[in-house]
Order: sequence, then C-alpha cells, then structure tokens
Amino acid sequence: MTQRKRPSSTQSSSQRRHTGNLVAQDEDDDVAFTQPSTSQVQRGLEKLTPAQVDQKTAEVVQYFLVKDQKKMPVRRADLVKHVVKDYRNIYPEILKRAARTFDQVFGLKLVEIDPKNKMYILVNNLETPDKASPIRSPSNPKMGLLLAILSVIFMKGGVVRENLIWNTLKKLRVDPGEKHEEFGDVRKMVTDEFVRQRYLEYVRIPHTEPIEHEFRWGQRADAEVSKAKILEFMGEVSLPSRARLHLQMKLRALMMVCVSDLSFMNRTPRPGLSSTERPTPSPTPARPPPAAAAAVRDNHATASPAFFLFIVCDREAAPAAFC
Amino acid sequence: MASRSSSSTAAGGSDSPQKPTKTKRTRRKTRKARAVGDMSRQMGESHRRFLQTMMVSGVIDEQAAKALYQYCCETHHTQYAPDKLEDFIDIINSRLQPMFMQIRKGMSEDNGLQYYALVNMAETDITRMSSDYADNELELFRKTMDLIVCSENGKASSTDILNSTDSMTTRKMKKSETEHLLSRLVHDKWLSEKRGEYTLSTRCIIEMEPYIRTMYQDHVKVCHICRNIAFQCQICENPTCGIKIHNPCVARYFKGKSEPRCPSCDDFWPHEIPEVKRPHSQSRR
Repeated sequence: MTQRKRPSSTQSSSQRRHTGNLVAQDEDDDVAFTQPSTSQVQRGLEKLTPAQVDQKTAEVVQYFLVKDQKKMPVRRADLVKHVVKDYRNIYPEILKRAARTFDQVFGLKLVEIDPKNKMYILVNNLETPDKASPIRSPSNPKMGLLLAILSVIFMKGGVVRENLIWNTLKKLRVDPGEKHEEFGDVRKMVTDEFVRQRYLEYVRIPHTEPIEHEFRWGQRADAEVSKAKILEFMGEVSLPSRARLHLQMKLRALMMVCVSDLSFMNRTPRPGLSSTERPTPSPTPARPPPAAAAAVRDNHATASPAFFLFIVCDREAAPAAFC
Repeated sequence: MASRSSSSTAAGGSDSPQKPTKTKRTRRKTRKARAVGDMSRQMGESHRRFLQTMMVSGVIDEQAAKALYQYCCETHHTQYAPDKLEDFIDIINSRLQPMFMQIRKGMSEDNGLQYYALVNMAETDITRMSSDYADNELELFRKTMDLIVCSENGKASSTDILNSTDSMTTRKMKKSETEHLLSRLVHDKWLSEKRGEYTLSTRCIIEMEPYIRTMYQDHVKVCHICRNIAFQCQICENPTCGIKIHNPCVARYFKGKSEPRCPSCDDFWPHEIPEVKRPHSQSRR
C-alpha cells in the first residue's frame, strides 16, 4: 500500500511528481486545461469513430483502477496529460462514459472529492450485505488502525489534537515513537500515507509552540464511511455469537477509555449527521453511551469491523475491569 | 432463450420468418423485450460483487469461486443455478473485455485444482507489474523466470537467484534487497516458495501464459495431457520421446493403472506416480 520509492535513475516523470513537491506543479498543469464546452465536445465526437472513443474510455478506466489500488486520488491534470491526451476536447464525454462503466461493470462510484483541484476517487457502490462473504479477503491491518483513528475523531466531534490520537494508538500497543513490526514507521503512515490517500487531514494549529497539529476526517473517509453505519455498528446490529458480543463490548469500553471527554454530546454534530442520528446520552455513568466506531462500507479493499476488533482485542489493551 | 417455434434454425443462423403475419416492428419489439427481460444475460449486482471480490483476492480456487457465486446470487436475489458458474463469469468477461481484463481459469501445479484469477491482458510483457516494482526489481524477476522456465523441475533456488544479481544491467541489488524483493513477490502472489525454492505461482502462470509462450517458445514445456504450459512436471525418459506431463496430470492420468506407460511412446513410465489431491483435503482455502 505504501508508495514505492524507486531509484532516481529509473523514475519516470509521473512517479517523480508524486514523491516531490505536489502543489506548484499540479496547479500549473490544471490551469492549462480548460473544460471544453458541450458544442466543442459534440464536434469532437463527430470526428472520431465509436471504437476510438471506447478505447480511450477503457484506458481511463484502467488508469483509475491502477491508481485506486493504491488508494491514491486521481488528478484531472494527470489524467488529461497521461491518458486522455489528444482526446482532451471530448474529456467530459470520456469521463461520463468511464463513470458509467465503473457503475455498471464494477459497482463503483466515481466521486469528485475536491472540486477546486479536480481530484477523483472510486468508492464502493454496492450495498453492505447482511451475510459475510465466504471469501476471506487478505486482511488489511492498516484499515483496522485507521478505523480506530476515524472513530476517535468522530467521537470528539470531528477534530482532535494529535496527542489524543498518539495516546490512543499507544493504548492499542501501536507506539508512534517506535518502529512497529506490522506498520513500520507508524507516525509516517498516519501523517503521510493516510493523508495522501485522503483518509485523514493533518493540519497545523496556528500559534502553537511547539508546533501541534490536529486531525480531521479526509475527503475519502467522508465519501466512503457510511454515517448511519457508524452509529449502528456497536449497538443495534444483531450479533452472530456471544464471543463476538464480548469482543464488541471490550472494544466499546476501550473507546470510552480513550475518549474520556463525554461532553462530546454537547458539541455541534458532524456535517451530514442529523440530530436524530446523534447517540442519546445515557442517564447513568455506569452505562456508557453507545460508542461510535467507524464502519467502512464494505469497500473493495478495506476491512470489516471484525478486523478492528481483532486488532484491538489481540492487543489486550482493554482495561481489566471490562475483561 | 428464444420462445419462437422449436423447429431449429439452420446452421447458417439467420431466422426464417416463422410467423409471416408479424410485422418487422413487432418482431423488433419482442426481440428487445426479450433481451431486457432475459436478465441472465445482463450484468447485475451479483456479477459486480463477484468481480469486486476477485479484484481484492486476485486468485481463488474453484470451490471458493462456486461458494462466492452462490453468495453473490443469494445476496442480490438473483436466480442461482449451481452449474452455471462459467456462464456467470462469461457475462462479467464480456464487459471486462474492452478494458483488456479477464477472469481466467488455470490449474495449480501443486495440487492440480482449478483456480480463477482476474488478469490483465493489455500488455504482453511483464510491464503489467511495473506500477509496483522498480526497473531493477523487474529485471531480477525476469531472471528468476528465466531460471524457472529453463530448469528441469520448474524451480529456482534462492542461491541461484542471488547469484544472478551479478549479471544485472540495471542497478545491482544487495543480498538483503533481493531477499526482501522475493518475499514481496511471494506476498503479491507472483511467486511461490517452499524450502528455499521458488516456483511461478498459479496466478502468475494464468496471467503470464501468453507472454511466456511467446518469450520462451523454444524452452517452455507443454503438458502432453492438458496442453497448458508446464513447469513442475515429469518427463518421459525415452530420448526420442521426452514428452512432459504436469505432476497432477500424471496423478490423474495414471490413476489406478498398475503398469504406467507413456501415452506417446508406450515406454514404461519410470517416475513415482503422485496421488490425486482432493479439494476437501486442502487445509488452506
């Protein structure tokens, strides 16, 4: 999942772009591309055979799939420069057809996550099934960790200071200061990889000394995580086994320990979350309100809640009182 | 599919007008209605779910594919016929074809079972891997493939692979880098490893078969029984014969035969006949 660092002598220009300074170069390229008008597109289409248009559409689809495998968003400028090329005058039509292919063939939705910078990602469009798949997909522990982080941010009303995240990870026996056997450089994974993939935003808090950052959900998390599912996740879903129930309760307890500020209830709700979806506060402190842990809609490359539970409970980080 | 009168059309194919009273327009309408209503030919949610699973898993065995097919149909309330997995996959493949992608079937040389893999048909070179691997890593993979194809037992030892780094033309790799690369290749399901020896994975063989046939046409072995390319195989010891048979194909072909004989030259087959492996005896998925 990590972006491979290649030896510089063999790096191609597109790869060099991604490891170097992104902003300046991106803007130049995008400014150069102006969206063609509908009449221009029409005229462009008339000059081409259907086969040519289909071929170009297929190339765009392939390009997206390769990029999406690494969870990297696709920039319009890159797409036009490297794939669309001479067909840029019918770009809107090609993109429309590619979106249709994603929908009809792959069950994926092409989502624009950044209207200003014209960036796209692919999001799963299939409904989350009730029954689990018979195929155990290669588990992705990174997603379990990401879910933990997204949950904490969510429970704190959408933004948290970085220290809370680092402390949470430490409680999960994933120390950002040490090299982890599974994740390697944890801090880099969280502040660089997850941010580049648009799962998280890591923004400097002004006027802090020493410099502090805060975490928010990224655009991909916004698009991929089903907000209704967040609330259903721990509480109301019927569970197949007592063992699982036990695990989920441990997780809930752990989340409560990590996020001890229960005044979360009084913060303004996350955009998109209606007041009816807010968890109801519990009358007695003994019964904590339903913990909201992020449940990623069965995205084609991300983990189910089971992974999250596996990670947490495997670490035996839950306090003894709840075991 | 057709609800026309049952007298079969000629092999030439064109429909003889069975009901001359029908106008051209109504015939076109019924044909279109049939196409839309005939959901078994359309790509639906069940197909998409199957495809998404293939995209995540890369390669799955036949039993898993059948279970997945059933699960996808049941989840999306699609008509499920147990023996129609191939038709189901054909529908997906017809829509994948413009993107030069395909779900292809192939046999594992280890257990003889059939596997399904989602493969990229676009490049006829190994550049399909190039988004994940650096140029010198690809060069080493090619060298490993050379060793495997040209070997008698379809294996390359880690020692031989390490030695081949001496002759690299791109940036040379250290021993630790090579070992790390090999474990990545195994993780990404391009190679399989057992006791320090590397073989091409089932997924690799399924995906690279056209490339291998072209690149190694003088060296590549072909199984006499199933006609697919073969790496881990037995060879007839008759110098004028020398046919090759996959280990699992040997197991199946000579099963129950007290005196195994070469199917081509009838010489005594001198090698140990392996046992046929059954699907449910597999401990791994």
